[in-house]
Amino acid sequence: MAVEATTGPEPLVARRSFRSFMSEVFGPLLQVLAFVIGSATILGLLVVLVAAALRGTRTDIDLLQGTISILPQVIVDGLVRGFLYATIALGYTMVYGVLEFINFAHGEIFMVGAFAGAFFSAALAASGMLDGLGPVLFVLAAVLLGMAVSGLLAMSIERVAYRPLRNAPRLVPLISAIGVSLVLQDVMRMIAVNSGLGFNASFKTPDLGAPIVLGQMQIAADRTIPISIDSRSLIFIIVAIMMVTGLNYLVNITKLGTAIRAVAQDRPTASLMGIDVDRVIAITFLIGGALGGAAGVLFGMRVGTVNPYIGFLPGLKAFTAAVLGGIGNITGAMVGGIVLGFLEAFVASYLSLFTRGQFSGPSYADIVAFSILILILIFRPSGLLGEVVTQKV
Amino acid sequence: MTADNRQAGQFTSLWAQLRATAGRGPAPYVLTLAYATIVSALLLLNPTTGLGTDMVVVLFLLLMFVIYRAPTMLAFKLTLGTILLGVIMPVFGVLNPFYIDVVTKAGMFASLALGLNVVVGFAGLLDLGYVAFFAVGAYLWGIFSTPQISNIVPGMVPLNGSWFWLFLAIGLAVGALFGVLLGLPVLRLRGDYLAIVTLGLGEVIRVLATNLDRPVNITNGAQGIKDVGRPPLFVEPLFKALGLNISVIQEYQLYFYFLVLLILALTVLVVYRLNNSRIGRAWTAIREDETAAIAMGVPLVRMKLLAFAVGASFAGTMGVIFSALQTFINPPTFDLLRSIGILSMVILGGMGSIPGTMLGAVIVTLLDLQLLPRIASELSILQRRGVPIPSWFDPAQYQRLLFGLLLVIMMIFRPEGLLPEDRRRQELHQDDLPAPAAEQEQPAPAAEAKPEPGS
Repeated sequence: MAVEATTGPEPLVARRSFRSFMSEVFGPLLQVLAFVIGSATILGLLVVLVAAALRGTRTDIDLLQGTISILPQVIVDGLVRGFLYATIALGYTMVYGVLEFINFAHGEIFMVGAFAGAFFSAALAASGMLDGLGPVLFVLAAVLLGMAVSGLLAMSIERVAYRPLRNAPRLVPLISAIGVSLVLQDVMRMIAVNSGLGFNASFKTPDLGAPIVLGQMQIAADRTIPISIDSRSLIFIIVAIMMVTGLNYLVNITKLGTAIRAVAQDRPTASLMGIDVDRVIAITFLIGGALGGAAGVLFGMRVGTVNPYIGFLPGLKAFTAAVLGGIGNITGAMVGGIVLGFLEAFVASYLSLFTRGQFSGPSYADIVAFSILILILIFRPSGLLGEVVTQKV
Repeated sequence: MTADNRQAGQFTSLWAQLRATAGRGPAPYVLTLAYATIVSALLLLNPTTGLGTDMVVVLFLLLMFVIYRAPTMLAFKLTLGTILLGVIMPVFGVLNPFYIDVVTKAGMFASLALGLNVVVGFAGLLDLGYVAFFAVGAYLWGIFSTPQISNIVPGMVPLNGSWFWLFLAIGLAVGALFGVLLGLPVLRLRGDYLAIVTLGLGEVIRVLATNLDRPVNITNGAQGIKDVGRPPLFVEPLFKALGLNISVIQEYQLYFYFLVLLILALTVLVVYRLNNSRIGRAWTAIREDETAAIAMGVPLVRMKLLAFAVGASFAGTMGVIFSALQTFINPPTFDLLRSIGILSMVILGGMGSIPGTMLGAVIVTLLDLQLLPRIASELSILQRRGVPIPSWFDPAQYQRLLFGLLLVIMMIFRPEGLLPEDRRRQELHQDDLPAPAAEQEQPAPAAEAKPEPGS
């Protein structure tokens, strides 16, 4: 039945020109880049202005100088958070695209990916091979393992807990997904605690290199500070960009991508065109899960420890990012993730600084994320890049 | 194949016969009374804490549902229920203080679940942040009855316990107010968005409770509020007159038991009346088909807000009671798991069904607070005797697993719940009508119809 299997090497569509190939694969990336630069510039200017306005109120430290001196680090943090949310949000948005269903368990898929990486590194460390494996090979192997584990897990969850409910009322699969996410948390905890890895499992890595100094910034006549990016953040950003590029290729160029988009647009018609809808949905879960798993490994690598409950908040925020960008829209998920990541990084770093530590930045950053979700849903439910969709009767 | 069917047919007819005999004439009265007497006697004669008594307590609470379902006169049901809950249970509670606490909690959660049932079951709005309103009520009384209030309003002294009664009403009002405030922005959203947004709001309330100890110490942050005020024991002379010589702790236990029982009865009454009113029908219409409901002139947002506010107000009141009962509240008490726990009660029992929701609440609370810890301790005893049970297997540690499996399994195999509401059962099984499943279900109503004229 599957059209891909039977058509053979003969292409059904005309060969696409090199130019359209480049624009379909790298166009969304350029959009993301525009949002990265835009968010960083606007938010950076905003905090500098606020700092300048508040400068007179504090005598203990020079607020403006303090603001500017941490700015590069905040921007790197925003990029990492942004790509974290973007890679997780892709899973939400792809599944929502084909099924119109919020895969609540996706945050836990991310968590399982992080644990797959932690188990891998622990096994390597136990056999003494951790430092023998070069950093590049280690990152590659861990990420691929996380992708495989999470992708297959997401696919089996779809088979067991969602497929039987495909024609049920909307809330039924959602409740099932909530159940799955709780089950995954506890099963992972059971495995982690009893395998000797522990509840807070440490994610060991080989020496990934010292922070890379990008330049020096003059903040006062007699003081310069280095602008640097630590290697883990750099790895995160590079791998995330590679994955996103790969996804663009897969969805926009290959026949499988065409099938996925067809199913997202109109499931019954797609099935009449000879597309095996069940298979496409399973593959969508596989791809979304694999992206989430890779994000989990990268996150665990950067943070250093993982626990069974780390999936909840990033999952929720990635969902926010998906809605922010326009749910169902793949470029939108990346853009939404970037914007949300930058906003959070700025709030987390500057709120305490501006309020003299009266409000703890990281906690209120969560509140900011949810407020954005609510505001977006009220004023622009279609998101930044989404199209306006009317509800079908 | 046909032989199998015939055998299955025989089984159903045997079951139907049994039901018919047990449901006709004086039989149900005798059987219910016998069940009640045996269980009560077991409870009162052996009030030690243990697995056996656990089972009897479960049987005792299931008895309430047997009484509810039994084809007997309403007066008989009410009398028996009142005697069992009003006399036997308190007496047992005096003999063994552990169980009355569990039963009080079960009652409290039943009340909460009924409130959530209004939102999820009646109006079809999935609210994953329900515990936020519970937290609001709990913190309301927690702040006003402790020195915490002096931090917010300088010079104000903590209120004494008699204000508790007023705060039950204030909790109701504040809960409803929060329901409207939180509901206004989000109720225009479609179902699944609403679920995620309410979940986010629930987290926001918890994060606020953790972080509002600066710049002004309102909630005392992660340490929580301790020594929350309790209402004065105005019933103490009554206990003394009854010849009960029990400690203040036990007096409070009985006091809260009756309080929760009273509130639960009121909740059931209110929810039942609401469901059968014009408002209840509007909620049903919204749940079944929003577009059609608008076309029929149902004021959509107002009705959704009302559902939200009613559910939230129950939670607010129960929050006030909860903080007075526990005398200690902290932010982790009001996490997402609590919301999901209450949701799984509603779903296990049957969304939209009042007796179902109560049954779900009783089952989940007993499992959570009593049976799982008990099984865990029994297992560890067996372990020490050398029975090969892996040491990591501690059922009390796996609430999430329990709730999660409950939700998934119920959704896949019986989405309408254990004691479903009629309309929902029809709705969820309309697809399988031509399928064999329908054949199995058909004899049941027929069998049920027989004893009806007798009752």
